[in-house]
Order: sequence, then structure tokens, then C-alpha cells
Amino acid sequence: MLSVRPKRDAGGREDRAVFRGAALPWLFLLPSLLILAVFIYLPTLRTLRLAGYRANLILGTEQWVGLGNITDLLGSATYRQVALQTLVFTLLSVTGGLLLSLGLAWLASRPVRGSRAYRLLLIYPYALSPAIAGTLWLFLFNPEIGVVNQILGELAGVRPRWLDTPLLAFALVTVAAIWKGLAYNIVFYLASIRNLPTDVMEAAQIDGATPAQVFWRVAFPLLSPVTFFLVFTNIVAALFDSFALTDLLTRGGPYVGHAGITTFLVYQLYQDGFVNFRTGAAAAQGALMLALVAFVTFMQFRLGERRVHYGA
Amino acid sequence: MVRDRHLPRTRTATPPRARRGDWGTHAALILAALLISAPLLLALIKATQPSSAVLSPSLLPGGAFLSNLERVWVDAHLGRSMLNSLIVAVTVTTGKTILALLAALAFVHFRFPLKGAAFALVLVSLMLPTEVLIVALFDLVSRDLKWADSFAAIIVPFLASATGTFLFRQHFLNIPASLADAARIDGCGPLRYLTRILIPMSWNTIGALAVIQFVYAWDQYLWPLVIMQRDDHQVVQVGLRKLIEVGGQTDWGAVMAGAVITMLPPLIVFTALQEQFSRGFALSEDK
Repeated sequence: MLSVRPKRDAGGREDRAVFRGAALPWLFLLPSLLILAVFIYLPTLRTLRLAGYRANLILGTEQWVGLGNITDLLGSATYRQVALQTLVFTLLSVTGGLLLSLGLAWLASRPVRGSRAYRLLLIYPYALSPAIAGTLWLFLFNPEIGVVNQILGELAGVRPRWLDTPLLAFALVTVAAIWKGLAYNIVFYLASIRNLPTDVMEAAQIDGATPAQVFWRVAFPLLSPVTFFLVFTNIVAALFDSFALTDLLTRGGPYVGHAGITTFLVYQLYQDGFVNFRTGAAAAQGALMLALVAFVTFMQFRLGERRVHYGA
Repeated sequence: MVRDRHLPRTRTATPPRARRGDWGTHAALILAALLISAPLLLALIKATQPSSAVLSPSLLPGGAFLSNLERVWVDAHLGRSMLNSLIVAVTVTTGKTILALLAALAFVHFRFPLKGAAFALVLVSLMLPTEVLIVALFDLVSRDLKWADSFAAIIVPFLASATGTFLFRQHFLNIPASLADAARIDGCGPLRYLTRILIPMSWNTIGALAVIQFVYAWDQYLWPLVIMQRDDHQVVQVGLRKLIEVGGQTDWGAVMAGAVITMLPPLIVFTALQEQFSRGFALSEDK
């Protein structure tokens, strides 16, 4: 949906440029551009500038260190561990979430009785916020009073320390993130599956393709544009929306090695910027994350041009 | 519930063509729906239990939902922060929609110098999330604009929408060019064309976008957490954190009641615009 293909639109756009006036289009654009300039582009420039200073916003001190903050971060065992954890978390939650939601959307698109009800049951959790997800799971998986351990304790006699055991906490945050993102992904997959060309699918069936072959050989390639869009939005969600989830559920902990195992990049940035007041270090992390997002976007366009099937 | 209503009917009413493998489909979908809803169902049950039962293994719904809710609604100012979130989400959604419609109108129906550059400026902003800029944004909003603790701080920075501009532009490009031509020849100005022709033809896109933007604004967490220190202006997502944080024992029955209520506004918006939501994406997905 958000794939950009300006070349294809170029012709159509010119046909439609029917209204005259030199100032008018700028007048229509002014509110949007002004807000973007003041609240996006100015802070971006200031982030890059602050990244070069050892600064403390509260004390108002600033000292030029050049690339010092960046090299400090890249050399810091804590930051490297946080980056690695973020990578693993992103890989697991994005692949897990997309495979699961594609499968469910495929099943819910089959012409069975009540499929409309199933679709609603699968997508209504879209209304869940990351903070609510964090709050619910914090209570459900509370080792002493949580419902999960009470049931596990009665049935199996075990009461895992979900939030204090590093691997369990990491798994819990990953599963919670997948759970939170399912509905959004399913919405997009359902809409795209509905738009699949039925003649191609039926032709494959008539030619004797098994349901699995129809899915992997015909539907999956035809769905690659939406998959690509979702990979990108899910990476962004894993990087940024995970903040509220981990802030409420684990507070970045439990501690392993050099950092809390569920401390991801944005959480670390928040800690340094607003808890430890290491403004320059936080801005440098912002600058590094800007580079990361730029890289992900670049890859999306590069791979998207080549690998994605956009239909006729 | 789902099982009772849908499984028995499939045996009698499904056309023969679709019957093979239906049983497995139903089983998988019911299991998935149950698993996905389980955390919400458990929260809902616990929200209705009196304090004594909340911490017990009991999974029987009780009748204490309103008294649970009352404790957070009044004592923890949940009502106030719900209202704040509503003000913010409605203003941001409306503002984003209007600004994006105007920007898309300029991009599609005007020819002007630097159009490509202006469009790039809008698009590239998609790559610059607030979370990454938060230190500099905090500095700007609190020190230069002196907006800390005001609604302006959590509304104004989010009024522009690259996603909205992009989606509306795509949608306008799918509307026959002859329509704009005819309108102009009949002496219809661009704003009149927007309100009389484009907007009535764009309800699905507007509805779909409204859902996304309302949910986005409602879910905001990190930015209000750092910029808003006044409790009576705080949004409800951060309010949840305060509910849990209260010194000593957390009143979980009340917290669950609060969490359930906090889900309602986006759920209502989503339910109301569900048809537009699916159709708005189906259309743009097609092109």
C-alpha cells in the first residue's frame, strides 16, 4: 500500500494538474510543511548537533566532543548488548508475527460458515495499545498472584518466575509483542487476500495444484507487496512500539551481562536521556537510530524494486 | 460461544465444494480466536471480581466491575485522563485528516515549482520517528516554545501526516482526470472541488485513515510520559503506569477495570468504521 512508485504516477499526475495559481498550492501545503519543519526536521538537525556534545539539559552544560559520543557507544559493551537484543527481538517478533498472521488471515478467508465472525474476532484486538498489552501481561504473568501461574500451579505444580528469569522474560516480551501486532497484520493480509485474482487461483486448482501449492506458489508471491510493506511497518513497530510494552512489563530487566535483557534501543535512549540525563549520549543514540531507520528504508526500496511482484 | 453458533451449521449448510477440510479450518480458527482473546477475557473476568477474589485462582465473573472502576475513575483520575486522551486523539485525527487532504490536493491538482522537493520533504518525514528525536524535541517544546504540561505539546507536533498525504494522493490519482477538468471548466475552484467532489468520493480512505490515526494518537506513550508532568493533563496510557506504580499493593481488580475501559474508545471507532477500514485499504492495495 505504501510502496512508492512515482514513475508510474508521473503521467497521471500531470493530467490532473488543472488548477491555476502560484501561491495557492503552497498555501495548501503550508500547514503540513510548517509542522514537519518545526517538529520533525528542526529536531532532527538538533539531534545531530547534540550528538556531538557532552551535554546535560538539566544543568545546561555543553562540551564539544565531536564523534566522541558515537565512538563511546559503539565501544560500549552495554550498548552493543542492547543493540543485539533489539536485533534478536525484532527478527523473532517480525517473522513470528507475519507468518502467524498470514496463516490466520488465509484460514479466515476460506469460504466457511461464520468466516465474517472469525475475521472480526481476529482483528478487534487492533484497538489494544502497547501500554494495555503491557499492563495485562504484567498482571497475568505475575509470579505470585498472576492467573497464569495460579493455573499452572494447580495443574502442573510449577510457578515460573516469568519476569525475573532472563530467557522467560525475553520470550514473554516477544510473544506479547507478536500478540499485540497480530490484528494489524491480519487486517492487511485479509484485504490483500480478498483482492487476489480469482482466475489465477482457480486456474492453478484446475491444473491440479494442491492447496499447499496454491498457497506457496501462487498466493504467497502475489501477496509479496503487502508482505513487504508489513515487514517494514513491523520492524518500525518492534523498534519503537516496544517501549510502552517493556516499560510496563519488565522495566527493561532482568539484568544479564551488561544490561537488562529486555532493554531495547529506544528504552536505552529514554534511560540515558530522561533518567540519567546524559543528553549528548541519548542524542548520539538518536543519530545512530536515524541511520538504522534510513538503512531499513533504503533496503525496503532496493529489495522492493527487484523482488516484489506487483501484479499486472 | 463461537463453537456453538458456527460449528453445527457447517454440517448442513455449507456448499459441497467448500466442505473438505472445513472441520480443520474451524478448529484452527476457534483455537486462534480463543488464544488471542484469552488475555482480554481473563482481564475482563478479573475486572469484575471483588478485591478478595482478584488474587485468588477463581475464574468466575463477579459483580464488582463498577466498584472496581469507581476506585480508579475517581481516586486515580482515570476519568480525567480518559477525557484528556479523547481531546488529544479527536483533535489530532481531525487535524491530520484536514491537513493531509489539503496537501494531497496541492500535490495532485496543481503544477508548481519544487513540487518534487516538497513531496520528498513530506515522505522522508516517515523515516524520522518522534522517539528517535525525543531529546531534541523535548528541548524544543519545553525550553524554546515553553509548551511543557500543555495540550499543545501533545497535539501540535503530530498534526501533519505523511501517511495521510500519501494515501489521499494515491486515492485522488485514481479518480478520473476528466472530473477535475469538467469542474474547472464549470468555474469550480480547488477548495470547492475538494469539498464537493473529492471528499464525498473519499469516505473509505478518510474512514480507514481516521481509524489508524485515532489509534495512533490514543496509543501515544513515550512522548506524553516525558513532556507532561501535570497529572491533570496526562493521557490515559501513561495513567495506566501511574495506576500500577501507586506505593505498596497494586489494586489489580481496579487496574484491570481501568485497562478494559481504556480499550473502549478505539474499539468503538474501529467498530464504527470497520467497513471503511477494510475497503479503504482494499482499494489502495489494488493499485
